[in-house]
Amino acid sequence: MAKLRGRGIAAINYPTGMNLGGDPSQVVIVAQPDGRLVVNVASVELGQGIKTVLAQIASEITGVPVEDIEVRFGDTESAPHDTGTFASRSTHRMGNAVIKASEEIREIVLNTAAKMLEASPNDLEIREGRVWVKGVTDKSVEVKQVISQAQFTYNTPVVGKGFYVKPKSSVDPETGASDPHSTMAHGCTVAEVEVDTETGFVTVLKVYTVYEVGKAINPQLVESQIIGGIVMGMGAALTETVYPRYPVLDFQTTSFRDYVLPTAGDIPEIVAKIVESPTPTGPFGAKGVGEMVVNSIAPAIVNAVYDAIGVQITDLPITPEKVLKALKKSGR
Amino acid sequence: MSMSNYFVVGKSLQNSSIVNHVTGATQYIDSITFPGMLWIKAVRSPVPRGKIKKIDYSKAEKIPGVVKIITAKHVPNNYHVNLAGLGVGPPDEPVLPEDEVNYKGEAICLVVAKDEETAAKAANLVEVDIEELPPVLDMEEALKPGAPAIKKWGSNVFMFGGGMDGATPPSSPKRPYFLVKRGNVEQAFANAYEVVEGSYLIPPIEHAPLEPHICVAKPEPSGKLTIYTPTQAPYFVRDNVATILNIPASNIRVVSPHVGGAFGAKVDPEFEMQVAVAAMVVGRPVKWRWTREEEFTISTTRPAVKIELKDALSREGRILGRKAKLLHDAGAYARTSPYGVIKSTVNLSGPYNIENLRYEGYCVFTNRQPSSAMRGYGVFEVSYAVELHMERAARKLGIDSWEFRFINAYRNNQVTATGRPIDDAYLIEVMKEAAALAGVKLPPHLLQLSS
Repeated sequence: MAKLRGRGIAAINYPTGMNLGGDPSQVVIVAQPDGRLVVNVASVELGQGIKTVLAQIASEITGVPVEDIEVRFGDTESAPHDTGTFASRSTHRMGNAVIKASEEIREIVLNTAAKMLEASPNDLEIREGRVWVKGVTDKSVEVKQVISQAQFTYNTPVVGKGFYVKPKSSVDPETGASDPHSTMAHGCTVAEVEVDTETGFVTVLKVYTVYEVGKAINPQLVESQIIGGIVMGMGAALTETVYPRYPVLDFQTTSFRDYVLPTAGDIPEIVAKIVESPTPTGPFGAKGVGEMVVNSIAPAIVNAVYDAIGVQITDLPITPEKVLKALKKSGR
Repeated sequence: MSMSNYFVVGKSLQNSSIVNHVTGATQYIDSITFPGMLWIKAVRSPVPRGKIKKIDYSKAEKIPGVVKIITAKHVPNNYHVNLAGLGVGPPDEPVLPEDEVNYKGEAICLVVAKDEETAAKAANLVEVDIEELPPVLDMEEALKPGAPAIKKWGSNVFMFGGGMDGATPPSSPKRPYFLVKRGNVEQAFANAYEVVEGSYLIPPIEHAPLEPHICVAKPEPSGKLTIYTPTQAPYFVRDNVATILNIPASNIRVVSPHVGGAFGAKVDPEFEMQVAVAAMVVGRPVKWRWTREEEFTISTTRPAVKIELKDALSREGRILGRKAKLLHDAGAYARTSPYGVIKSTVNLSGPYNIENLRYEGYCVFTNRQPSSAMRGYGVFEVSYAVELHMERAARKLGIDSWEFRFINAYRNNQVTATGRPIDDAYLIEVMKEAAALAGVKLPPHLLQLSS
């Protein structure tokens, strides 16, 4: 009996947004009397941090500090239509809509500040939460104050509306010819495993993984997605299914007693790197990242076990039972 | 704007919800309660497939605190398909079944009572007489001629084409699979130096969110209905509930505050439909929270998907052609599966340049809980099968795993399986980064390549 080590790789791509498109997002940004902004979206906060990402995008364009932007989410009464928070679409689709809405706010800010600073809108720039006359160090006004005065001095409603859709692609019924996605993100994962030939148990020793995400609007949130995705995909590779005797129903799992998820103690060392190749269709070049990160680890692990024991197990999860059967077949 | 000039984009600001999450201050749906609120428990099918002969509610109705038992007859528009908005049809799923059950645990009726315990006790006293029928569980068996047909249209497979799949034009012919083809695949196989075949299976996988399904529906004095639910798609729930209640969507408000995990489990609106019907019938707020067992056995799973791949390879390691057959286990009802199958089928080349191909994607119905979206939907299975197949092919040809992928990686100005021009290829660069990270020394001729 021995402990065999192996290394496996997987290279993948993943589309951003719903397949074939036709999944619109709308947003309305409404100014508060004090100059703060409320971004009304029907996107949903699942823990991924879409609230934070959309606030960063709105802040970047409008110049209102990010802490003065509130993203209200998940309510059909306050927010216009959105298709939903799935298909790695919210940063891309809603992010693009928020850019458009923020640009409308920005235009109001510049036009109003021009009056306040007695300058042409073309001579103004926004930075550090203030509108400045370009090249003049002592002539500026706070963006929030501009937004407040627009409403109460210049009688201008400060509302921004945004819409984004990738128009739905037609499909040729004879060939499937179509334009199904807005952009593709990419990933490559290397897994190192150890297989105990006595027990059939597979231990993931180390994972190296690289994801290309267009542009990371918030790198820490991308990294959170990567860690979560790797761990979730490890479960799929090694332990998880609700029908252990699929396709028959026997031994269907009913609790966490018989359905084994990876827990903190199972997480290997994960060396992750984010690379950026901005897409012209994305907000600041961003692609969707939430789903891709679960897809590359399972094949990398199974390929690593193949490398270790010389047998390719083809059906998930690769339980100790399957590994022992494979070892027996190979005579090792 | 140049990249370096961004003020807050590209900065790792803290997730604005995280402090409340880790301190336990975040309020989830289970914290929502209203005066006079009632609770739901379901009477569930004990068998995977059967005809409902008789339901006897008499004992259950006598339990003090039972307010109403909701059945199919209370649903204004019972049969639906949740992707109707995309043009998918026909409606194949009842909110509550009328005469047959198609998976073990399918809700037959809903008991609405003053509290959870009373609803559970009464649900146990509902007597259901079901004539059990042989279940269809194996996808290959389900596709064979003469297999028992579980769909009303007389087969176990979704018909693509004819505009009923949310993709093709109405005038197009119907067939039992979604087809992607390109080039001359037979010629590619005739020219092959080596042919590599493989079959790969992903089983059903549970999303396992920490927060099981939970929903409160509250009829408002204005006549509107408010639905509190941790859905991923408030407008999708709203539109679907409006359809089955046969009321204007704008009479429904859907609120999805913080969600306790979803991963695709909380896309399908069928659960909210059931709660909404109960609330409309009793005219009071009602709440339903699933147990962990219901989360495992009733909520959707990642679909089981079996993918058969056959590649024609050149001596130098180029994939000259690929044939693929994908079987996707939808479970008992369509849900989002027709969409998932199309997404899978168009992606069966993976990130590689394959000029001659024929891909067939089947959406197969079986007597198990419906499957639906899960993180990576449609492509998780494809990435798995393709990457195992790449490894198998590389070994058969005696070519290094990295080199084989570099040789076949797609490049800009090539086209995808569906003929879309590629303008955002970056796989080669990503593989170089991954190799460097893992300490793999790639040979110079691979390092010279770019997308």
